[in-house]
Amino acid sequence: MSLLRTATRRLATSRQPFVRAGVAAQQSWNRGYATEKRIGGYGGQKQANGKYLVSLIEGDGIGPEISQSVKDIYAAAEVPIEWEPIDVTPIIKDGRTAIPDAAIESIKRNLVALKGPLATPIGKGHVSLNLTLRRTFNLFANVRPCKSIVGYKTPYDGVDTVLIRENTEGEYSGIEHEVVDGVVQSIKLITKDASERVLRYAFQYAESIGKKKVRVVHKATIMKQSDGLFLDLGKELSKDFPGIQFDYELLDNTCLNMVTDPTPYNDKVLVMPNLYGDILSDMCAGLIGGLGLTPSGNIGDECSIFEAVHGSAPDIAGQGLANPTALLFSSIMMLQHMGLNAHAEKIRQAAFDTLAEGKYLTGDLGGKAKTHEYAGAIIDKLK
Amino acid sequence: MISRRAVQTAIRSGVRRPQSAVAGPSVALRTYATFPTTVTDDLLKPTKYGGKYVVTLIPGDGIGIETANAVRTVFKADNVPVEFEQIDVSGLEEGRKNAEVLFRECIASLKRNKVGLKGIVYTPVDRSGHASFNVGLRQELDIYASVVLIKNIPGLQTRHQNVDFCIIRENTEGEYSGLEHQSVPGVVESLKIITRAKSERIARFAFNFAKANSRKKVTVIHKANIMKLADGLFRSTFQEIAKEYPTLQTNDLIVDNASMQAVSKPQQFDVLVMPNLYGGILSNIGAGLVGGPGVVPGCNMGREHAVFEPGCRHVGLDIKGQDRANPTAMLLSGAMMLRHLGLDQHAGRISQAVYSVIAEGKVRTPDMHGTNTTHEFTNEVLRKMDEIA
Repeated sequence: MSLLRTATRRLATSRQPFVRAGVAAQQSWNRGYATEKRIGGYGGQKQANGKYLVSLIEGDGIGPEISQSVKDIYAAAEVPIEWEPIDVTPIIKDGRTAIPDAAIESIKRNLVALKGPLATPIGKGHVSLNLTLRRTFNLFANVRPCKSIVGYKTPYDGVDTVLIRENTEGEYSGIEHEVVDGVVQSIKLITKDASERVLRYAFQYAESIGKKKVRVVHKATIMKQSDGLFLDLGKELSKDFPGIQFDYELLDNTCLNMVTDPTPYNDKVLVMPNLYGDILSDMCAGLIGGLGLTPSGNIGDECSIFEAVHGSAPDIAGQGLANPTALLFSSIMMLQHMGLNAHAEKIRQAAFDTLAEGKYLTGDLGGKAKTHEYAGAIIDKLK
Repeated sequence: MISRRAVQTAIRSGVRRPQSAVAGPSVALRTYATFPTTVTDDLLKPTKYGGKYVVTLIPGDGIGIETANAVRTVFKADNVPVEFEQIDVSGLEEGRKNAEVLFRECIASLKRNKVGLKGIVYTPVDRSGHASFNVGLRQELDIYASVVLIKNIPGLQTRHQNVDFCIIRENTEGEYSGLEHQSVPGVVESLKIITRAKSERIARFAFNFAKANSRKKVTVIHKANIMKLADGLFRSTFQEIAKEYPTLQTNDLIVDNASMQAVSKPQQFDVLVMPNLYGGILSNIGAGLVGGPGVVPGCNMGREHAVFEPGCRHVGLDIKGQDRANPTAMLLSGAMMLRHLGLDQHAGRISQAVYSVIAEGKVRTPDMHGTNTTHEFTNEVLRKMDEIA
């Protein structure tokens, strides 16, 4: 037993990312939720043709165009990936919004998906599709890196933040009620299991990308029990990761300091409850130029979905004006998640070079290039 | 700078009997924020003994004593007819036994004097620690509207230019209700409370504030797409009240988008009104835009009391006692208080002196990229006041 433990631990802390702990992990059922094993890892296998199968949700509006760019770039970079396009147009099943079974099956089989922007259907009774996906696949952590793009000037230079947000509970628990007319209670739910899971993932993620520090952002001065629990678990878990320096910071200070000068956050992974993560990750995106330039990954127990978090921009759809950068960067995160680091790095470099050069920028970045011209420039850089 | 009258007008009209409600049956339908009251103007008049106003001074922890002393020095030099009733309440552990008593004393003093100037009292992070005195004070005195002015100070170079907006923050409920419990070990619920009465009150305050200060647009910040009932109520109440102010533009913005816009295009904002927690977040982002917590003044307004404190509420424990704190936020909050008291000339002289010291740029504290001490900065303000007078 103890031997197995050690073996598991070694697996979990080994620098090889995304090793599935498999059988050994079953020994730890008596422990808390996600102890010991590497959580949220990718366990996919190559097909007979030597390629990984990845589900692709092209999305609405500009989705198909930017997906095409990603596909073109991947083909040029010879990434061993085969796309499996799926349709997630929601259906009503037993009175609830649901994703078609075929789509769920695909993602469950492939364990990883790339997703373009989805238009949220307007009207009552529709839970947003994002929320449905999140629930269906239990996507517990949202990873949001933001890195300054040389060539796109903002008031902030050299930003390189990584933020991990708890994605299943907190302020977004959806538990609300009107006690009497005009008095509403909204419940922020913090549980040990979900907190521990996302915190552990944050530590493991920091290790996998070579950041030396993990910082919990909290408001435990005011929310002593809920944020207090989250913070205490962070302190507790940090003992399992002696190679990572752990500290914590009040939400107010994080907001202030990041806006004043974000560069001290470059060596850290920030982890926090749902709402703070939602706000701060968008704020970080604002530092480097908006949601069109930032990737996002949603990590689940088994499956993970990488997505562009910007809107579907129906007003410019089909005109070749869209900027595929966010989706491309999200796909790069996906490659890293799958352990295809060499391909990830190659594409990342080509994209950054193209952006820095500034000759082929899309309209939102102040350029004149069409979507396919921008993708073409990246492809040229790959050669 | 907020003029005293502007703020007072904002408060008063928030409680003033609406014209239409004099005799009509609509009275019963209105909620308490607009319900006819017998509030008269002298309600807001603070205590004045022997020609001097008595004002509660709560320096707080961290840099509080240093910045409060700067205010004392400056007020004295200008012969401001204000007498401080100072209460040194502390939220730090060592002072704990006494703290509760002193906290009660603060409340009593503020109830008596109606006006206060305050630094920030430390709140422990520990779960066993006491609840925030700052929040307790605001709830107890019902100083429901926090006003924070985010405006570039001439001469103080930051990453963003032409920033000029106000944050009106609900101060007494929302995420800061303090209602929490552990259902079973490892499962905690925190309650966020949003009520129509308080949402209406803060919305009305924001609109009146915007009108009184010649602002054009009021934006409500929310997360109603997720918290459909709570933030939904806040937003719909705002939109309802907005109909009474047809001359003002209104719109709404989701809090995450607002935060992103704040760091990329802050110039688009005018007056922002929001629930408690978002106010905390945006006032810190805002402070970051214009030079940090050392330069942002603020106040908390209620129907009966007004407490002035630095707008971006930072304790500053890390630089405590080092004589390097920037007293600007506290001095400007003090000047704001003087306007509230009707001492406009003193207020004008003091704030003008502070602004010109910063604009000149010769004497600056470390947070403004200078090397001077709190004392040197304060002395420079005194020197400037002599020049002005």
